[in-house]
Amino acid sequence: MYKYDQYDQAMVDARVEEFRDQVRRRLDGSLAEEAFRPLRLMNGLYLQLHAYMLRVAVPYGTLNSVQMRALGDIADKYDRGYGHFTTRQNIQYNWIKLEEAPDLLADLAKVEMHAIQTSGNCIRNTTSDQFAGAAADEVIDPRPYAELIRQWSTFHPEFSFLPRKFKMAVIASSTDRAAMRLHDIGIEIVRNAAGEIGAAFYVGGGMGRTPMIAPCINAFVPIDQMITYSEACLRVYNRYGRRDNKYKARIKILVHELGKDEYTRQVEEEFAHLLTQGIEPPLAELERIQAHFADPAFETGLSDAIDRTDPDFALWVDRNTHPHKQPGYAIVSISLKPVGGIPGDASADQIRVMGDLALRYSFDELRVTHTQNIVLPHVKQADLYALWQVLQANDLAAANIDRIGDIIACPGLDYCTLANARSIPVAQKISERMAAKEQEIGELKLKISGCINACGHHHAGHIGILGVDRKGVENYQLLLGGCEGADTSLGQITGPGFDEDGIVGAVERATDFYLAQRADGERFLDTYRRIGMAPFKEAIYG
Amino acid sequence: MAEVQFRFRDDEPVADPGVTVDAFGEQTNAAAVRIEPGDDARDLLPHLDRIRLVEVNFPVFGDGRGYSAARILREAGYAGELRAVGEVLIDQLAYMRRCGFDAFAPEAALDPADADAAFGRYGEVYQPTVDGRAPIWAKRHGIAANG
Repeated sequence: MYKYDQYDQAMVDARVEEFRDQVRRRLDGSLAEEAFRPLRLMNGLYLQLHAYMLRVAVPYGTLNSVQMRALGDIADKYDRGYGHFTTRQNIQYNWIKLEEAPDLLADLAKVEMHAIQTSGNCIRNTTSDQFAGAAADEVIDPRPYAELIRQWSTFHPEFSFLPRKFKMAVIASSTDRAAMRLHDIGIEIVRNAAGEIGAAFYVGGGMGRTPMIAPCINAFVPIDQMITYSEACLRVYNRYGRRDNKYKARIKILVHELGKDEYTRQVEEEFAHLLTQGIEPPLAELERIQAHFADPAFETGLSDAIDRTDPDFALWVDRNTHPHKQPGYAIVSISLKPVGGIPGDASADQIRVMGDLALRYSFDELRVTHTQNIVLPHVKQADLYALWQVLQANDLAAANIDRIGDIIACPGLDYCTLANARSIPVAQKISERMAAKEQEIGELKLKISGCINACGHHHAGHIGILGVDRKGVENYQLLLGGCEGADTSLGQITGPGFDEDGIVGAVERATDFYLAQRADGERFLDTYRRIGMAPFKEAIYG
Repeated sequence: MAEVQFRFRDDEPVADPGVTVDAFGEQTNAAAVRIEPGDDARDLLPHLDRIRLVEVNFPVFGDGRGYSAARILREAGYAGELRAVGEVLIDQLAYMRRCGFDAFAPEAALDPADADAAFGRYGEVYQPTVDGRAPIWAKRHGIAANG
């Protein structure tokens, strides 16, 4: 994985000192909260309901064991012993003191990490496929391209005060595991008929109050022009994105209002100009980065056979491992969704244990997934049983990846100032209620947001839940039929909302109805797509 | 009009008040123009040879359109004074400098020591812009800076 050189280190070190200075000026009163706010946000520091929350960047979700252990230590030292993994492949701490934040950042910088641009109206942490470099179905490892974008977007002087936040994702597999088309810019690295690598640009997707699926505006940008093209996309947005209404300020609204064709025309015109400006890093820089992502030293000639005598282990293997490109290896997903747990939460001890396991069994690598789980990308099949036993002993062995208990949930009203309703207790109740039927139901992605900003990706859930405030009472709307990935679709609201207990019952009625209706091999989503909303509505509201 | 507090040029400052972008095309004597966030900086490109001062107004610091305006002018070869006016704050100075601003007239005067620290904070930069600084990738690969 990527390793900082002296330049990368100098950047994060300078940032720590800058932030220390900003906090000093804030504390001595020379910097007003109003002016401090965007600065601390650009460094991932939010003032939440009870304390400051700090969001730490995990570029494209990739970590090594030293970094993971440091995240565990930070949870103990600066938080209350927990970290919360997010849908942006990041980690958040919910109980941070402003005066201590600069020291926390200094601890991060020691392990080549930072919180740069994890919030604010700037280019956020770039996400990617959590199976990158391990999946059998990828064209190429997408992470070097994401790293190139990380460097380009870090402290970009022109794009640090955009109309609104800006999220990019890079994938290189037609099986989209990163919800690429629901980003401001989604890039799919592709290979053309001539065998050349290029970037397909999808611009103007997003969730929030106006969910949109990004259209493709250019199916093949030569790879040695990817940064320049990105710059053109951003410049048109910075100049013409709406600033009169923050709810209409995302790029999806600009692309929608101009129309895809006109937006594309403006981008191409700006691109033609920017090509004359020499802003593209040379291919040698991409190659330098790619060298960091070379395959680890896989053993060859290994067998994929494993001993499945222990039924609990066999179930976990079926649910939580995925095919690896190298025979004899598996990709392991560690579920952070135990029955009744808080989705994405891990204790300091659990975080350190996962770091240790990565060192021992996965070539010192981990990934954070946008579904708020952890991946060990390169585990020998022969090591799975020993690994599983350690996970079991640490309450990390839930066998429910992509099952109904593998819920995405935002922090909701328990922590977040923007939320209208609590998400975590709803997730916990659904997880408990549905646990017995989980394996029977099969694949079902359930996603909960506590407000319309959609941090919990409810639009993209096979079942989505949106918490709203109805005359001072928490109310939950139910959506069906959302999906991320190659066949991205947006969920539709079933009808009137429910209270907290009511929504749990509604989910159960929807899944019972699915079980009664499903044809052979159909997932919940397939049945919904086949028979449509009306019969589900009937079953839910009766 | 706020005083120019920081200036990175040796020539004599222009004292004329800037006219609007709309009026500038008509006023063939004018040498100073003021860009508001909604203006298209490219409207000025036919007149660059007679412009000596461009003021770019930041009515609120969070409106970042002025950064694009500045870079567009520099990319087109504008070499006169480029002055940031309005809500210009300490923590925006380095970004502005990178986009080609070489004069700063904040509506509220800034602490000079804090401003100095801000201008010099980052010894390295990831992106080439119009300020002639070599980006990190150029240093890594021994490539001379553009501009």
